[in-house]
Amino acid sequence: MATTEKILDFNSVWEYSPAPESTDHIKLDDKYDLFINGEFVAPKNGKYFRTENPATGKKIAKVAEASKADVDNAVRAARTAYNKYWSKMPAKERSKYIFRIARIMQERSRELSVIESLDGGKPIRESRDIDIPLSAAHFFYYAGWADKLEYAFPGRKTKPLGVAGQIIPWNFPLLMAAWKIAPALATGNTVVLKPAETTPLTAMKLAEIIQEADLPPGVVNIITGAGETGRAIVNHPGLDKIAFTGSTVVGKYIQKTLAGTGKKYSLELGGKAANIIFEEADIDQAVEGIINAIFFNQGHVCCAGSRLLIQEGIADEVVHKLKNRMETLIIGDPLDKNTDIGAINSKAQLKRINELVSAGIDEGGTVYQPNCTLPNSGYWFKPTLFTEVSQSHRIVQEEIFGPVLAIQTFRTVDEAIEKANNTPYGLSGGVWTDKGSKIFKVTKQINAGIIWANTFNKFDPTSPFGGYKESGMGREGGLHGLLPYVELI
Amino acid sequence: MKKRLDVLKTYKIYIGGKFPRTESGRYYLLEGKDKKPIANICRGSRKDFRNSVVAARKAFPEWSGRTAYNRGQILYRIAEMLEGRREQFVSELKVQGDSTTKAEKEVNISIDRLIYYAGWTDKYIQIFSSVNPVASPHFNFSVPEPTGVVAVIAPEESGLLGLISVIAPVIAGGNSCVVLASHSKPLCAVSFSEVLHSSDLPGGVVNMLTGIRSELLDNFSTHMDVNAVIYCGDDKKESKRIMENSSLNVKRPHIINTRDWTKEKAQDPYQILDTQEIKTTWHPIGI
Repeated sequence: MATTEKILDFNSVWEYSPAPESTDHIKLDDKYDLFINGEFVAPKNGKYFRTENPATGKKIAKVAEASKADVDNAVRAARTAYNKYWSKMPAKERSKYIFRIARIMQERSRELSVIESLDGGKPIRESRDIDIPLSAAHFFYYAGWADKLEYAFPGRKTKPLGVAGQIIPWNFPLLMAAWKIAPALATGNTVVLKPAETTPLTAMKLAEIIQEADLPPGVVNIITGAGETGRAIVNHPGLDKIAFTGSTVVGKYIQKTLAGTGKKYSLELGGKAANIIFEEADIDQAVEGIINAIFFNQGHVCCAGSRLLIQEGIADEVVHKLKNRMETLIIGDPLDKNTDIGAINSKAQLKRINELVSAGIDEGGTVYQPNCTLPNSGYWFKPTLFTEVSQSHRIVQEEIFGPVLAIQTFRTVDEAIEKANNTPYGLSGGVWTDKGSKIFKVTKQINAGIIWANTFNKFDPTSPFGGYKESGMGREGGLHGLLPYVELI
Repeated sequence: MKKRLDVLKTYKIYIGGKFPRTESGRYYLLEGKDKKPIANICRGSRKDFRNSVVAARKAFPEWSGRTAYNRGQILYRIAEMLEGRREQFVSELKVQGDSTTKAEKEVNISIDRLIYYAGWTDKYIQIFSSVNPVASPHFNFSVPEPTGVVAVIAPEESGLLGLISVIAPVIAGGNSCVVLASHSKPLCAVSFSEVLHSSDLPGGVVNMLTGIRSELLDNFSTHMDVNAVIYCGDDKKESKRIMENSSLNVKRPHIINTRDWTKEKAQDPYQILDTQEIKTTWHPIGI
């Protein structure tokens, strides 16, 4: 029986030499101002906040905190840019500007990757191979749409909305900026974007790139700040649209606030995805997929496969293999090329993860963590899995946004689907089986916007992303990602 | 004095394929132009609405699971049944104050509108789907799927055509719905439920309530098992309220301002898309 086998002790046998990515080629300032109307300007009230490296807890730079007055200036700049340049420019020229941004991002990808890992704590392997290339690809994809919009919506023409306010989270800082800015520009809108307060640096680098690309001033404005700045954007009467990615709580606040204002909105909110593994699945492949589903980016992923549903007959084997695989995960310096799991993004997020994991233990869940050591400074959390949990447990219902997997079992296909759908969320889901017809039955019945069959956490600019139910509305990416930024006429 | 006494019709609500009276026992009196009573109309309650949502949720898996072809056939069947009972609808519209010409036109366009959407059921998916050329060895495609249970506050000014124009795209797309009929022109809504009932549409796919809009507005927009809400009308306060309430469970709110429902512009597949979700599926390519 698999269960009686010992958990392998990889750490005593395998030792990796450090392989840190060099930081000497990156250029970081001590202080970052707001990017408004094509220039970097100091915040009106002179306030700055610090952004730190979550792997060390040390300050990297100070960053401007935009007040209401700054938001106002940014919105005004975006409006002027919309009226004066962007709405008047031939679409093919607009397109070429966006292509240009994509190209410069590719050229500076090494620098962007390192800064992304420094500021956000994610492994360099991920920022280098996923975040940054996908960000550039996103601009490249939407650049081509700018002068082809008449083919996007049969029977209708499109009109830009005007000025979009965009608020993004800290889990994929540059990628989320790309997801927001690229389709907005391609469809002819101008933007005011606010990156998250813990990860503003690559957005400010993007501002430099936009300056370098010589975009007309004010077409893209990037202003930094925390919740108050976000609130000022949401409530600003001069905006035509709000695009938000973040928590469901804030998403609901935005939806409520915008009621009756005539502003359009698109929301990409939380998730609690179920990964379903059936008996006939290729188990080794599925185990890799489950690991990637929950531990990718420290679990700071709205579409993370944070629930695992295993068919009863293979439950012991799968859990055993998962535990073994977890022993081999390398946790540590995000800049080390061997690192699998980096730092938790912030102190606040670490606190939330700790809180929910404690709740999981209090409610009777059985916790498992691999035998690994964590760095002394910075914010860290061991990859964790829970067994003996049920549908009503907080760790099964609530989004943890950390490397914590809750495991349940099921007997029949119907039970798996019912459990998978028993959540107010509906962002993503996973299905593991070698039976093709079953894939189509199950993927059809899961109420979620993205379903991965025999894979997980794959992203592409051509592939629409977004949720059902309380996971939000509207899609980002692909042809469908144009719709939230246009009016059909 | 007439030789034979008319048999008056009791106008009831339609929930889960049955025609109950409102559980509240309340009614309102519908009067004609001359202030003569036309009928006692059910004044639907919160409980009626909740029961309807339960019925709609129960009907959803079956209806959304029907083939597109079958849904098209049923919508066509609804049009056929309406055509067969056109005289009744013309006379109800006239009782509510329309001229014969106007009433006949409204019934004609209503029938045609159903046929329009019957024809879309197996086409809108093709129009709004995509196969996405991802830069990795995966087969990736996106298709629209019905949102789920839709609460519909139907147009006040257009008791038959407005009603059909709003609910046809909802059910053509595989959703189930709970509808609040026009308060001042409710007769056709109730009779249309009878048409639906005899058209092979599974019970619970459309649930029809009559009542007072201001009283039911919050119920329609706060229920946690409703996925989208369509509000027809121009009252800014009401539409704002609908949108605010929608945020409770991130309902998709759609506000449809008063329009001329007789125009061809009042119909298009994008209205089906309003109550659809796009699902993207990834599948690896390999051996």
